[in-house]
Amino acid sequence: MALPSYASPLERAWHYLYLVICGLIFFFLIAPIVVIIPLSFNAEPFFTFTPAMRSLDPDGFSLRWYQSLLTFGMQNPDSEGWAFWSDAWANAHWIKAAKNSVIIGFFATLVATVLGTLAALGLSRPEMPYRRAIMAILISPMIVPLIITATGMFFFYSNPCELLNLIGLQPQCGRLAGTYLGVILAHATLGIPFVIITVTATLVGFDQSLNRAAASLGASPRVTFFRVTMPLILPGVIAGALFAFVTSFDEVVAVLFIAAPEQQTIPRQMWNGIREQISPAILAVATLLVIFSIALLTTVELLRRRSERIRGLTPQ
Amino acid sequence: MANVALDPHAAIATTASGVGAALTTADGKPLARALARSQRRARRRAFFLVLPLLAFILITFVIPIGQMLQRSFYNDGFSRNMPEVSAWFASTERGTDPDEAAWAALAADLTAAAEARTIGMVGTRINYDLSGARSLFTSTGRSLRGGLEPPYREALLEINEGWDNPMLWSVMREASRPYTANFYLAAVDRTRDEDGRIQQVDERQQVYVMLFMRTFWLSLLITGLTFLLGFPIAHLLATLPMRKSNLLMILVLLPFWTSLLVRTTSWMVLLQQQGVVNDVLVWLGVIGNDQRLQMIYNQTGTIIAMTHILLPFMVLPLYSVMRTINPSYVRAARSLGATSWTAFRRIYFPQTLPGLGAGALLVFILAVGYYITPALVGGSSGQLISNMIAMHMTSTLNWSMAAALAALLLASVLVLYWLYDRLVGIDNLKLG
Amino acid sequence: MKTTLILSTALTGMAFAASAQEVNVVSWGGAYEMSQVEAYNKPFTAETGIRVNMIAADNPATPLKAQVEAGNVTADVFDVEVSDAIRLCDEGALVEIDHASLPAAPDGTPAVDDFVEGALLDCAVANIVWGTVISFDTTKFPEGAQPQTAADFFDTEAFPGKRGLPRNPKRTLYLALIADGVPAAEIYDVLGTDEGVERAFAKLDTIKSDVVWWEAGAQPVQLLADGEVTMTTVYNGRIFDAMVAENKPFEVIWDGQYMDMDMFVIPKDAPNMDAALQYLKFATDTQRLADQAKYIAYGPARRSSAALVGLYQDGVTEMAPHMPTSPEALENAVMDNPEFWADHDTELTERFNAWLASS
Repeated sequence: MALPSYASPLERAWHYLYLVICGLIFFFLIAPIVVIIPLSFNAEPFFTFTPAMRSLDPDGFSLRWYQSLLTFGMQNPDSEGWAFWSDAWANAHWIKAAKNSVIIGFFATLVATVLGTLAALGLSRPEMPYRRAIMAILISPMIVPLIITATGMFFFYSNPCELLNLIGLQPQCGRLAGTYLGVILAHATLGIPFVIITVTATLVGFDQSLNRAAASLGASPRVTFFRVTMPLILPGVIAGALFAFVTSFDEVVAVLFIAAPEQQTIPRQMWNGIREQISPAILAVATLLVIFSIALLTTVELLRRRSERIRGLTPQ
Repeated sequence: MANVALDPHAAIATTASGVGAALTTADGKPLARALARSQRRARRRAFFLVLPLLAFILITFVIPIGQMLQRSFYNDGFSRNMPEVSAWFASTERGTDPDEAAWAALAADLTAAAEARTIGMVGTRINYDLSGARSLFTSTGRSLRGGLEPPYREALLEINEGWDNPMLWSVMREASRPYTANFYLAAVDRTRDEDGRIQQVDERQQVYVMLFMRTFWLSLLITGLTFLLGFPIAHLLATLPMRKSNLLMILVLLPFWTSLLVRTTSWMVLLQQQGVVNDVLVWLGVIGNDQRLQMIYNQTGTIIAMTHILLPFMVLPLYSVMRTINPSYVRAARSLGATSWTAFRRIYFPQTLPGLGAGALLVFILAVGYYITPALVGGSSGQLISNMIAMHMTSTLNWSMAAALAALLLASVLVLYWLYDRLVGIDNLKLG
Repeated sequence: MKTTLILSTALTGMAFAASAQEVNVVSWGGAYEMSQVEAYNKPFTAETGIRVNMIAADNPATPLKAQVEAGNVTADVFDVEVSDAIRLCDEGALVEIDHASLPAAPDGTPAVDDFVEGALLDCAVANIVWGTVISFDTTKFPEGAQPQTAADFFDTEAFPGKRGLPRNPKRTLYLALIADGVPAAEIYDVLGTDEGVERAFAKLDTIKSDVVWWEAGAQPVQLLADGEVTMTTVYNGRIFDAMVAENKPFEVIWDGQYMDMDMFVIPKDAPNMDAALQYLKFATDTQRLADQAKYIAYGPARRSSAALVGLYQDGVTEMAPHMPTSPEALENAVMDNPEFWADHDTELTERFNAWLASS
C-alpha cells in the first residue's frame, strides 16, 4: 500500500507506525509456531535457548528428542539395524499413533468427501428444497462445541442399538465406541462441514450451461458428471478433502471420549504428553506436525490458484 | 444431471394454436403440468443427492446429541431401583409425613438395593439434590446386610438419624419420578427447598452462573482482541498488491493449518516461568530473575492462547470483505476535504462491517465452546463452561448435570448460529 | 457400495489384527508407569507372549466408572486407590478375585497370609504402599531457612513462592488440617464434621491465590523442575525418581505424609478377561513386587517381597530410607481411611469444586 502523494507528515508518521504495528501482529501470529522448531533440537531438557544454543555451539543442539520419539515404547531400543527398525515399526508408541492417525484420517476423509461432495452438488442446484435449513444442519458439526458433540457420541457409540431398538428394529450390533469404525464415523462427521463449504464455494462459479451442453450432446448424467463437472470442481473437492483430513488428524476431544487404546492417535498421544510432562520430545512432534502443515498449506494454495485459473476467476 | 429445459417432457412445442387454447408439450400434455412435474423431479433429484449425507449427520450427530440432552431431564437412578417407596410417593400428596407404610417400603427398597449393589447409584442420585446423602445410603446399605425388623422407622433411625430429615424425604419425592427439571435449576445455581419452592443455592456453592458469565465475558474479550489485532493486518493484506498480500497471507494461514495442540504447546513453552518470554524479559532487564511473570495456568494464559488460535477466523472474513471495497470512495471523501481519520471512520469502516460481523460472530461462537486450550493452559481461573461439562462427564460422572449445562451452552450457541445465518448467511462461510 | 465393501473389509482386517493376545492396563502414567512396565509388563510379555498396553489416567477409577456405566468397557486391568476399589466393588462394577488363586510366597506361605493387612479385598489385590508427601526445591530457600513441616507449606511469608496441590479434596484437606495443628490420628474425626470441613477450607483459603493445581501424578515434579512452584505435594515415588535418577535439588518433608495403597481391579465385561486375570496374578507375585522397588520408591504389598528389596537400579542408592514405610516417614503420617472416602468423596469433591471455581 503506497501513501498518496498528498499525505501530510503526520499521516506519513502514522502510516509507518501502522506498518510497524502490522509487523508486530504478524510476529505474534507466526513466532509461537516458529520458535518451537529450534527448541526441539535442544540438547538440554529445557524449553529455553541455552547459552550454548545462543552461541550456535553445535554441542547445544542434538537429535536426542527425535530419537526418543522413536524409542519410546520399543521393546529393545538398544538393538541395531533391521531389528531396531522392525521393533520401532511394531512397538514404538508414536509410530503406532501415526499409523492410527493416517488410517483413521484416510477413511474419515473418504466418507466425508464422497458424501459431502454429493450433498454439495445437490445443495448448489437452484431447485433444492429447504436449502437453507438443510445447509444449517450439515454445517452444524463445525459450530456445535466439540465437548457437546463428543459427549453425545460417547453415549450413542457405546450402545448404538439402543436407538435402533427404539424405532422397532432389533439388530445384532455391538458397540462403536472403542472401534476404528466408531472413530472414523465421528471424524467423518466433523470433517463434512469443511467439504461442503469448499465444494459449494467452487460450485458458485460453476456454469450450469456446461452440463446442459454435455447432455444435449447425448452424454448420460454419469458421463456428464465424471467428464465435465468433476474436473472443474476437483480442486474444491481436494481442498475439502484436505480440510477433512486435517480435522481428523488434529482431533482429540472425540478420540478422548470414544476411542480405545488401540485407536491411540497422534493428538491423543500428544495430549497425554502435554498434560503430564512436556519434555522437548513433544516439541519434536510439534515440529514434524508444523512441517506437515506447511506441506498441506502449499498444496491447498496451489489448488486454489489452479481452480481460480480454470474457472477464469483470477482477479488482477 | 438432466436439466429442466432439456427434459423431454418439458420440451416446449410452441405451437401457435388459437387464442384461448392452453399451451401443450410436444406429446400433447398441458405445459403447466409437465413443467410442474419436471420441476418436482428436479427437486427430488437434488434432494436425493443431499439425502445420504443428511441421514448420516442425523444419525451420527443430531440424534446422539438429542439422546444425550435427554439425560438433562430424565434420570431414573432412584425410581428404577427404589420401586416400593416410589409407589408410596406416587400415591400420596406432597407434604405428607412418612407413615409406617412409607418406612416399610423404604426399608424393603434399601435392603433390595444393597443386595443388588445398586444402592450407590440411588445414593448418588439423591446426593445430586442433597449433598451428603450418598454416604447416608451407602453406610446404611452396609449395615443392612442382615435385613431389618419392624418397626422400620425406629430400625432405620437407629442405623442413622439422618433418615428423619424432612428435606431428604422431599428430595426423594422429587426423585421418585424420572422426569425432573432440577438439573436445569442446578445449572443456574438454583435448588428446591423442603416445600419444593425454588431458591438460590448456598453462596459457597454458586458456580455455574459465574462460569457462564466468565465464559461469555472471556469470549467477548477474545473477540475484541482478535478484532483489534485482525483489523490492521486484514486491511494491510487487502490494500497490498496481490503478489505481496498472497505472500503475507501465508503468515495468517500457517497458524490456521497448524495443529491446535501444537499451537497450545507453543504457548505453554513460551509463557511458562522458565520459558522464552520470561527469559527475554529478564534478559532485557524489564523484570528481575525472581519476579518472573505468571502468564500461564490462569486466565491470562487462556486469553493469549485463544486469541492467537482464533485470530485467523477474524482475519479471513474481514479480508475477503475489504478486498471488495472500492478505494475510490475514500479518495472521493478525501478530495471533498475529509481528514484521513474522518474518511476512514465515515466511509471505509462502515463498509467493513459485514466482514467484521461475520468474523466476530464466528470467533465468539467458537470461543464459547472451547475446551482443549483452557484445559491445558487455564489453571483454575481460566476454565470455561466446557471444562465443567467435561468434568461432570469424566470425573464426577454426574451425566445429567453435564447434559443440562450442555443444553444451555448449546442453546446459546444455536441462537448465535441462527443470528450468523440471518446476518451473514452460512453460504458465505469461507475457509482460507 | 464398492467403497463400503472396501471399508468394511479393511476394518474387519484391523479388528482381527488388534485381537491378537493383549491386555490393556490403565495406570497413573509417568515414572510409576515406567516402573510397572519394567517390573511387570516386560517379563509378562516375555513369559506369556501377551502384549500389554499401558494407558495413563489422572485417576484410573474415573474412566473405569465411566466405562462401566456407559456399558463400554475398553480396558482390562485398572490400578486404583483402596477407597475407589471398595466403592466400585460395592456398586457391582468389578469381578471378584479368588484369593486362593493368587501365587504363594516362595517359602510356601499362602497369599492370604503374605499380603499386608488390608491389601486383599473381595475385588482387589494391592501391589504397592505409597505416600503423598511435601517436596521443595532446595535452591529456592536460603540455607538454614528451609521448610520442614506441613505448617511451613502454608506459610508463604516465611517461605515465599507458589505451591502445587492436587485438584481433589482427598489429598488437600488433610494437609490443611495437619498444618492447622490437628494430630494425624484425629484427621478423620475432624473431617467428619461440618466445622472440620470449614476449618480445612479456611486454611486452604490462606494460600488459594498461590496454588498451582495439578491433576496427573507427573505434573507436580514437572512444576517443581520448571520453577513454576517452589513447594508442592507429590507422590513420594515420583519425587524420588527426580531426586535420584535425575539429580534434581529436591528435598522431601515426611511430616504429614498421606499413606495409601494401590490396587489392581478388573471390571466386569473386561474385553480380555483371561489375560487380565493372568496379568493381575503375575504382577502381584513376590518377585514382581520386589522388582518394582528397584525402579520407584514404593513399598511392596507382600511381606515376602520386602526382604528382597535392596538397592535402586543404579546399584548404590539404598531404598529403605526413601520408602513411605520408613520410621521417619511414619512419625506423623495420615493413614488412608478407605471407608471414609468411599462414603464422603462425592460430597467433598462437590464442595471442593465449588470452592475452587469461586474466586
